[in-house]
Formats: sequence, C-alpha cells, structure tokens
Amino acid sequence: MVTTAPSELESPETGTSVEPDLPWVTIVWNDPVNLMDYVTFVFQTYFGYSKAKAEKLMWQVHKEGKSAVSNGSREAMERDVEAMHGYGLWATCEKS
Amino acid sequence: MTRFRRRKHRLVLTFTADEAVLLAGMLRNLVELLYDGMPPRPAPAADDPLAVLAEAEGFDGPTAPPEDEVLKRLLPDAYSGDDQAASEFRRFTERGLRDGKAADAKLVIDAIEAGDSDVELGPDDQLPWLRAINDLRLALGTRLGVEEDDHDFWESLDPEDPRRVTYDIYDWLAYLQSALLHNIS
Repeated sequence: MVTTAPSELESPETGTSVEPDLPWVTIVWNDPVNLMDYVTFVFQTYFGYSKAKAEKLMWQVHKEGKSAVSNGSREAMERDVEAMHGYGLWATCEKS
Repeated sequence: MTRFRRRKHRLVLTFTADEAVLLAGMLRNLVELLYDGMPPRPAPAADDPLAVLAEAEGFDGPTAPPEDEVLKRLLPDAYSGDDQAASEFRRFTERGLRDGKAADAKLVIDAIEAGDSDVELGPDDQLPWLRAINDLRLALGTRLGVEEDDHDFWESLDPEDPRRVTYDIYDWLAYLQSALLHNIS
C-alpha cells in the first residue's frame, strides 16, 4: 500500500536558506501499552497532521520501533517532546 | 459495562457504581503518586532576587529521573545518551508535566463524583479524559510488566492469579479509551 499524503514536515529542499538550528527531530518510540488509535489521534490533534499522515507515522513507530514525527529548532522540539509526554507518548529529541 | 451515547455535542457515559468508584480511586492514587516525593513549591525569599526569578520562571524542578518505575514511564528522559540535557529538560518541565497530569486526573474525578451514574463530557473534557485514562493504562501496564504482543499470555492467565484482576481493569481501560476515541472522532 502506498500512501500519497503530502509531507507536511518542513522540507529542507524547499527553503532557500537552511537555518543552522533546524535539524533537530522529535522521536516517538514504540511502547507496548499505548493504543494505536490513541497514538494516531495524538499526532492528528497535536501536530494537526492529516489522518493518513498520522497513521503512517503511527505504523512506523509500531513496526520500526520509532519515528521522527516533527523537526525544527531545538526549542521547538523540546516543546513537542514535552507535549508528547503530556499525552503519555514516549518521546525524545535529538539532532538528526 | 460502561455505556456511551451522544447528546448533541456532548458525550454521555454511564458507569456502574463499581466502575465509578474504581476509576475515581485509581485516579486518586495516580494524583498521590504524581505528588509523591515532590516538595511543595517553596515560597521564594523576597530579598533574594535570583530565587524570585527562578520561581517565576519555574526553574525549580527535579533534575534526576524518578525512582518509581511508573513515574519514570510517565516522565521519561527527553534525551537518550545525554544525561546533562535530560536533566536540564527535567528541571524546566517536570513540575509542569506532573501538574498537568494531576489536573487531568482531578477533572475526571470531579466529573465522576459530581452527579449520578451519568457523566457528561463536553468538547473541552475529551482531551483530559483521554490523557488521564492513558496515564492509568501506562501505570497499570508498567506495574504488570506488559510487553509487546503478549496479549495471549495475559488472556490465558489463571483466574486465581493475583495479576488477573489488574489485567482485567487494564483491559477495561483500553475499552473505555477506544470507545471515547470512537465517539469523539
């Protein structure tokens, strides 16, 4: 199955200038407790992603053990990680 | 079994008396756990501008991960392999996260205890309910030691096993969360 949902992540190729502080990512890790529907719901609700994109990320977390769900400045990623912890998702931030 | 129905833009949950007592009791334990070991916010000395600033900015959280395994799961490290960054993050955010989780739990407790067996959820109540139920599932799942794809093990657990009743509650919370998600989306 191929998902044709457009990427909503900021893409470095489309920008004319690359911000030096941009390549930080929020990683969401798989855990055995959270329901798939709930994880998808959180990605839609917090990030405003389409259902297709949220499900794609959820499956990536489930099958590959983790997924980069957002990118941006370090401060922005720390805000996202904090929000994910608020929702009970296991998230970390790292330099990509 | 908890029943769900819609009334205009509100969702109405009907709990049995046992379910209501159980849910409120577990949430109360969660709130206690969240504040366990957290000293109350100290009142800053008025003659210490740095302390006043630190208080205002909220730079007064813990710097080490909690020892309790449930708290560790609810408040995980934000950096893996960088203890200093994880510690700094914790100092700035952990108190707020604990407060937020406790506020979600209290909202649900209040709603359950406010009236009869019917609990009405407005649009603003849905997120706190989902988060609080999820935190309870994380707490029970962590205490039980639930692992990936071990559903069959738990389902075949002997009825006499002391973990059985906890697992059944964990399973009921999954039903509750699924039904909430299904009814609001």
